Amino acid sequence: MNGHVPAEGEIRIGVYICHCGSNIAGVVDVAEVASWAAENLKDQGVVIARDYKFMCSSPGQDLVTDDIRDLGLNRIVVAACSPHLHENTFRTATARAGLNPYLCELVSIREQDSWVHTDKAAATAKAKAILAGGVERVRRNEPLDPITVNINPATLVVGGGIAGIQATLEIADAGFHVYLVEKDASIGGHMAQFDKTFPTLDCAACILTPRMVSAGTHPNVTLMTWSEVTHVDGYVGNFTVTIRKKARYVDESVCNGCGVCQEKCPKKVIDEVYEAGLGYRKAIYTPFDQAVPRTPVIDRENCTYFEKGTCKACEKFCESNAIRFDQKDEILTVEVGNIILATGYDIFDARQIAQYGYGRLPNVFTSLEFERLSNSAGPTNGHIVLRDGVTEPKTVGVIHCVGSRDRNFNNYCSAICCMQSLKFSHLVKEHTGATVYDFYIDMRTAAKGYDEFYQRVMEEGTLFVRGKPAEVTEAGRLPGEEGKLIVQVEDTLAGRQRRIPVDMVVLSVGLQPRADAKELAQRFGISCSSDGWAIEKHPKLDPVATMTEGVFIAGCVSGPKDIPTSVAQGAAAAARVLGRIQMKQMNLEPIKATVHPEHCSGCRICNTMCPYNAISFDDVKGVSFINAAMCQGCGTCVAACPAGAISGTGFSDEQVLAQIEGLLRVGADGLPLKRAAYPVAQHEGNGHRPEAPIEEAVRA
Amino acid sequence: MSTQAPVAPAPAEGTGAATIAEATTFEPVIIGFTCNWCSYRAADLAGTARTKYPPNVRLIRLMCSGRLDPTFVLKAFSEGADAVLVSGCHPGECHYIEQNYKALRRFQLLSRTIQALGIEPGRLQLVWASAAEGVRLAGEIARVTEEVRELGPLNWPAGEIVDIDNVTLEAAWEATGGDAGGPPETPGGANPQHAAESAEAAR
Repeated sequence: MNGHVPAEGEIRIGVYICHCGSNIAGVVDVAEVASWAAENLKDQGVVIARDYKFMCSSPGQDLVTDDIRDLGLNRIVVAACSPHLHENTFRTATARAGLNPYLCELVSIREQDSWVHTDKAAATAKAKAILAGGVERVRRNEPLDPITVNINPATLVVGGGIAGIQATLEIADAGFHVYLVEKDASIGGHMAQFDKTFPTLDCAACILTPRMVSAGTHPNVTLMTWSEVTHVDGYVGNFTVTIRKKARYVDESVCNGCGVCQEKCPKKVIDEVYEAGLGYRKAIYTPFDQAVPRTPVIDRENCTYFEKGTCKACEKFCESNAIRFDQKDEILTVEVGNIILATGYDIFDARQIAQYGYGRLPNVFTSLEFERLSNSAGPTNGHIVLRDGVTEPKTVGVIHCVGSRDRNFNNYCSAICCMQSLKFSHLVKEHTGATVYDFYIDMRTAAKGYDEFYQRVMEEGTLFVRGKPAEVTEAGRLPGEEGKLIVQVEDTLAGRQRRIPVDMVVLSVGLQPRADAKELAQRFGISCSSDGWAIEKHPKLDPVATMTEGVFIAGCVSGPKDIPTSVAQGAAAAARVLGRIQMKQMNLEPIKATVHPEHCSGCRICNTMCPYNAISFDDVKGVSFINAAMCQGCGTCVAACPAGAISGTGFSDEQVLAQIEGLLRVGADGLPLKRAAYPVAQHEGNGHRPEAPIEEAVRA
Repeated sequence: MSTQAPVAPAPAEGTGAATIAEATTFEPVIIGFTCNWCSYRAADLAGTARTKYPPNVRLIRLMCSGRLDPTFVLKAFSEGADAVLVSGCHPGECHYIEQNYKALRRFQLLSRTIQALGIEPGRLQLVWASAAEGVRLAGEIARVTEEVRELGPLNWPAGEIVDIDNVTLEAAWEATGGDAGGPPETPGGANPQHAAESAEAAR
């Protein structure tokens, strides 16, 4: 058989069944499937059927490439894991052997069979059916050429927290342009609100602000704060992004950031965002002293001029004449090749857990409030005091897992709260010397230096109570409880109920997706979980990519993360983007729809089907045509065309109909499927089934 | 497609409804059409999480539920599927903006059409499943499988054999025992008429 050259039009299929160790072979009888295919799919063109321990390994791929060369195979079917995992692996191998990669199909007998079924006979029968479907389909595959697109070297980064800043700097330092869009008035994100960072207790501002300044002054960075992405068009390499730059009422090009306007502004407003409601800002403000950019914004809702038509104190005192009360929102469009989403998280609203009393009991604080209290640049200059602003607490309770690991709220672990709580315990001790009770369910300190920090806090004398508090109340009824907050908790190590009176309670609230996470996902065409966290292309192997080419994710947008992980992800996403930029061009799946004008009746039904307006009507020829660059390949027009005049590459009618035939070749018992008699059955001896009339009936 | 040799060898003895009903526990075969971006990924996720479901469903990947040509569903029924499951992204979450709404419209029309052909509506089901809903998809597959098991095998009403491919409508009508003048105003009880009418009405 060596060097067999297939006759013109002859289809020679090689079939490969992967054991995946015992992942598939433990449930599916792979040898049986292979011998069944060799025997029963001969007429379909199967010339060789093999099973092998790990098809994706180098020797596994060599089986395919050697057979293509030696046996003259011109179609390949690999039955293994999901095509989302290894389709590319086998298509690349096929191409290496000189065969068009689109003549190779991967069918899933792991995720859709061996991993979800336990009955071995049924799973083996299903594997045969899935394989037969792949064989029937691959017969109709056509050689395709990938579509090559140019990659615009500019990148959009959405979100100016530490992950977004890291990504921005990596790309900008490599010499490529970045548009960094931030919805707040300054970049910095949540990290800018923190005092110390665990476990090293570096001052957050000391490590963050130099990076903010680098991002703000980098020649390759266009910083757009107080701005939001409203619309995204295009595809990888060629996105057109519409950005709404909200009116600041201050001219950024003129303002020198001296801060006089903020001093002179007569209107004080409670700062709900940066100071977490504990401090004040003015109606014209920069969120904090080290803000980047230094240009303030006017809070239109609270500005006396916008309310009453008089004041303009800021304008009077501004030496650079930068105040512009008539400024309007600007709509800008930028062209970029790749997008990194680093939009971060919201914190859990502790008011939802009524029994902890946040919002009702004044001395119950959230973790973000505590961050501001302990921050030397915060509203109390770093003095940890009760809500009255003067009294230092003598005892403090820190409660873990508020809103996390709780089926009433968020089922997941917020990942950072244990370490954050330990940090609070340490800071309370350091600042006030108070007695600290730390209420935890499980202590999760699994990263470099984390557990050592836990031991340090234990040695400092923090009292750990294992148990989830049932309630925080001010209803004291025992001696020593008057005027205190009482934490009612089952101490699961001591095995008894305890009432612990404290002066202050800190709720270590969990992280949750941004309130607008679903709209964000929709806007950028990515998927998110039912919680709202963005879904990675692969949770382990591709954690910063998404299923949408050219859109990457970094930091807490895909789930709770600490600072080191967010920074690593920012850099990882940047590395992925830089790889794309260096390639200059990229190949896309050639999945597109085409109108065959000779069959088109000009009915225009397809014209309204396309959400991308890729289908137009040619008035002269009287037929519709599709703009290939705009077509995204969904195939809705292919299904809609009553004349069958539109074909879809990769998922043609012929391929899908053949796959259906193949899938229904064997029944649930592994034997040939018995077909029910239907009323329009054929005459005896007539070789074909009358599917056409029914099909046309519904198409029409 | 019809250039192919006949796919399934005939069963050793007997054909048609009578033999199918003999099976002790009926194991339906269900074809599932899934969207590349959500429900196919949900099936992947069910696999990764080792969520068990009955082995009766066999999935086909389409780029979008909007790609679902009604022909695919009828092809599946005619090839021996007992039911068809159509699955796509939740309304408002379509990867292609809004194409799942078009799938929904087709599904509703098709659901009525198959009833005219004598197929119970429970044999064609639509399930929305996002890429994160592996457990939900597995649960829905189990539910549909149970419902179809209750329905029993797809058992087209028996009737005279007519080769619609090679006869004119009038001849087909005569062959079914109708008047030479054409189909009556109201459908008769016999099912061959039923099918011939559907074909004609659609044209």
